[in-house]
Amino acid sequence: MKPSDRPRLPRGVRLHHDRVRDTPVLLGPEVALMLDPIGKAVLDEIDGLSDLAVISHRLAERYGAPVATVAEDVAEFLEGLAARRLVEVR
Amino acid sequence: MRDVPAPTAPPPLAMLAELTHRCPLSCPYCSNPLELTARQAEMSAEDWARIFREAAALGVLQLHLSGGEPASRPDLAEIVRSAREAGLYTNLITSGIGLTPRRLEELDAAGLDHVQLSVQGVTPEIADRMGGYQGGFARKMQTAVEIARIGFPLTINAVMHRHNLDDLPATLALAADLGARRIEVACVQFQGWALKNRAALQPSRAQVEAAKRTVAEARRIYAGRMAIDFVPPDYFADFPKACMNGWGSTGLNIAPDGKVLPCHAAEIIPGLVFQNARETPLAEIWNGPAFSAFRGTDWLPEPCQSCERRDIDYGGCRCQAMALIGDAKATDPIYRRSPFRGEVDRMIAAETTAAPPPFVYRKLARIAG
Repeated sequence: MKPSDRPRLPRGVRLHHDRVRDTPVLLGPEVALMLDPIGKAVLDEIDGLSDLAVISHRLAERYGAPVATVAEDVAEFLEGLAARRLVEVR
Repeated sequence: MRDVPAPTAPPPLAMLAELTHRCPLSCPYCSNPLELTARQAEMSAEDWARIFREAAALGVLQLHLSGGEPASRPDLAEIVRSAREAGLYTNLITSGIGLTPRRLEELDAAGLDHVQLSVQGVTPEIADRMGGYQGGFARKMQTAVEIARIGFPLTINAVMHRHNLDDLPATLALAADLGARRIEVACVQFQGWALKNRAALQPSRAQVEAAKRTVAEARRIYAGRMAIDFVPPDYFADFPKACMNGWGSTGLNIAPDGKVLPCHAAEIIPGLVFQNARETPLAEIWNGPAFSAFRGTDWLPEPCQSCERRDIDYGGCRCQAMALIGDAKATDPIYRRSPFRGEVDRMIAAETTAAPPPFVYRKLARIAG
């Protein structure tokens, strides 16, 4: 994934709050992915408009972490989801 | 004296709702039980809506609307709407027969999340022979075009066996052409009607090995475009499958009349009492006798109890142990350490070297009178 890529959730994939387990979850075809706070924070930033560079900057600022490390982690996380067709890139 | 409540199991994630056992197709590997539920006994859309709300409150996230053919119900869109209102991720498992463009648009408006379309073969000849329905393949392909037009995410579901495993590369290509994001390549599991047709469906070891190579290669070819799930045939495996990810751990099945099962084949196990969601709250059923019968690992006999794989496969499939050796508590007989594994190997060898017998097609029993 490149810094200029703009990720988005494709149709049929959505964030959901699981009230019973009190945890955020990514729902998609045959998938219910329980999210940790970091995964949730990354997916919350995905709006189909912001590119990876912008998303990484926002998260780095919010968590006071080096942007290069954040960018690497975000790309790895989203690439994993993209391989399962749970994230699309424009 | 007060009753001490039974320990509460972790909640289920998924629910399979068999809305009807009616189906225009009559595939000889149908996962429905041999004794099918008649239309008169089917629950109403209101019953289903209440069960969906109970399921969501219990912790279910994923709902699979199945059958039979769920489109055989004229009130399918209403059922989908109530599932979405309950907050469930709603998947439709369909042959595509009976889904006109107008009905698909109604399902879209009702909030259907995902469509899983079965394919019985890659040509009209094989597909219509497997489904026992002339013209079914052509209609299914029309439905697939409409699904893509509306934009539903699509999974292709292909049950593979002796008669179509050699077409696996073409099956994968067909799914990609139809725009599927996922394909489930499921080698037939011998329960229900498939068990009755085992000798007719049993693939050869050479077919299975070729399929594994095809899938490994296809995962590279279709990487990022189409995800491939592969269910190998457990008869050819050394270890049993962790059936249902462990009995009563992940999911529940509701039959058309409201009977709640830990898996679709569980009715073959004698002595289990299945409660009905029409009469009993789902949360109570989840903690009830049928779901507790083989839950966890405390009940496991030897050699499973002291096995290092105990918490990986939970002794395998209960219905398979029942079907093959008549003891639902035994180690799954496909396990290499089962004393019955030799018999399984001899049975596979006998079935795959003989010419395939004719199919026994799935049929609803006619109601007398």
